[in-house]
Amino acid sequence: MLLLRTDSPKPSRLGRTYSWFEERLDLRSISEFVAHKTVPVHSGTIWYYFGGITLFLFGIQVATGILLLLYYRPTASEAYESVQFIVTRVRFGWLIRSIHSWSANLMILAAFIHMFSVVFLRAWRRPREVTWLSGIALLGLALGFGFSGYLLPWNTISYFATKVGTDMAASVPGIGAAVARFLRGGEDVGGGTLTRFFGFHVAVLPALTSALLLLHLTLVQKFGISSPPWIEKRYPGGAGGVPRMPFFPNFFLRELMAWYGALGVLGCLAAIFPWELGDKADPFAAAPAGIRPEWYFLAPFYTLKLIPSHVWVVEGELLGLVGFGLLVAWWVLLPFWAVNREGVERTRLVTGVGVLLIAYLATFSLLGYFK
Amino acid sequence: MVGERRGFLRWLLGGGIAASLASFLYPVVQYINPPATPEAAVDEVAAGKVQDLKPNSGRIVRFGSRPVLLIRVSDSEWKAFSAVCTHLNCTVQYQEQRRQIWCACHNGLYDLNGAVASGPPPKPLEEFAVRLRGEEVVISRRS
Repeated sequence: MLLLRTDSPKPSRLGRTYSWFEERLDLRSISEFVAHKTVPVHSGTIWYYFGGITLFLFGIQVATGILLLLYYRPTASEAYESVQFIVTRVRFGWLIRSIHSWSANLMILAAFIHMFSVVFLRAWRRPREVTWLSGIALLGLALGFGFSGYLLPWNTISYFATKVGTDMAASVPGIGAAVARFLRGGEDVGGGTLTRFFGFHVAVLPALTSALLLLHLTLVQKFGISSPPWIEKRYPGGAGGVPRMPFFPNFFLRELMAWYGALGVLGCLAAIFPWELGDKADPFAAAPAGIRPEWYFLAPFYTLKLIPSHVWVVEGELLGLVGFGLLVAWWVLLPFWAVNREGVERTRLVTGVGVLLIAYLATFSLLGYFK
Repeated sequence: MVGERRGFLRWLLGGGIAASLASFLYPVVQYINPPATPEAAVDEVAAGKVQDLKPNSGRIVRFGSRPVLLIRVSDSEWKAFSAVCTHLNCTVQYQEQRRQIWCACHNGLYDLNGAVASGPPPKPLEEFAVRLRGEEVVISRRS
C-alpha cells in the first residue's frame, strides 16, 4: 500500500540506504538495545572506565601488531635485524614499535586496575562468577601475550627472560619437562622457540582472546554493570533504585574521553621514551648484570631470588612455583570462597586479601626493580 | 529391547565420535611435540691459547651446543664448569673481584669448585676437565 502513495516525499539516499540495511539486519533492535542500556552513577563510577580502556589498548595492540608484521621476520638469524630495520629505517617504525610496547604495558596495568576494582566494588558476586572467570582468563592471556611478545625482538634480556620462564615450567613435577620442551620447541631456548612464540603471539593467543572477549562482553551485556552493595542499600529499590545514566550517548562519550586520555598518555610515553632494542641475543654470553623481567613479572622474580635453594627437603624453585600456583588458583576461585554456605559474603576477608595482594605486588615489584 | 538397541546405538555413536576425535588429535599432539634433534657427541674442545686469558679471569666457550665457563684461576691453575645456572637456566659469569661464579638472574653464587656459595641454586655446577696441549687450552668431559 505504501508504494501506491504519491503524496509522501521521496526518501533521501541516506534514508533509503538505512532502510535497505534495516530490512536485512534489523538495526532497530540494536539501537533499541543500546537506548535501554544504562550505567549506575555513584562515587565509584570512575572505575567502570578501566574495562573499556583495557579494550581500547587491546585494539591499539592489534593495529600496531599488524603494522609490525609487515616487516618482522620470526627467525633467530633475522628477528633482531628486522626489528632494528623497523626502528631505524622504516618511516615512523620506531613510533609504531614503541606504541606497541608501551600499549602492551599500559593494557596490563589497566587490566590489573579493572580486576582490583571488580574485587573492591564486589562485582564478582552472583550471577557474575563466569564474568569474573573469563576476565581472569583474559588477564592470563594478556600476560601470555607479554611473555611471548617479549622474546620476539630476540635481544639479550628477552632471551634470558624466556630461559628463566620456560625453566620454571620445567620444574613442575611430572609434566614439567614435556611442557618446557613444547614451549621451547626443543631442549633449550633457540630459533625453534622464537618461531613457536611468534605463532602463539600472532595466532593462538589472538584466537583465544577473541573468543573469551566475546564471552566476557556478552556476559557484561547480559547481567548489566554491577553497583556495589553499600550503594544499593542507600536506595529503597536496591540495585534498581541506584541512579543511572544512559550508556549512549552519556557514558559512551565519557568513555571516549577516557580513551582519548589513554591515547594521549600512550603517545607521550612512546614518543618521549622510545622502547629500547638492546643487544642481540647471544646464547654463549653470560646473563648481564641488572637483568630483570617486565614490571608485571617483577614480584615473582624477586620472590624467587629470596627463596633459598632448599627449604627442608624441597627445592626452593619448586616451592616458589607451587606457592605461586596455589595463590593464583585461590585468587581465580575468589567468587566461590568469598561467600559462606549460608550465602553471606565474607566482605572483610575479600577486602583484606585484595589489599594484601596489592601490597605484596607493589612491595616486591619495587624491591625487584631497585635491588 | 528398543531401549537396549538405543543404548547400543548411543554407545556406538559416542564411541565413534570419541575415536574420530582421538584420531584427529593424536597427530596434532605428536606434531606440536618437537622432535629430538640428536646432538653430535662432543667430548673435548680447544678453548683458545693460554695467553688469551689472563690469570683471575673467565670466558664462556662453546662446548658443542652448551656454554662452558673457562676460568684461569692463576698462572697454572685452570677450571671449567657448565655455564648454565642450576637454578633457572641462566648463563653464569666469573666475577674477578669476588673470585666467584655469579648468576645475574637471581643472584646465585658458586665457589671455584662449582659448589653453591649462596643464593637459590639447588645444585653445584657440572665441572669439566682442563688440560694444556702446548699453548692450547683443551676442555673435556670428566670421566
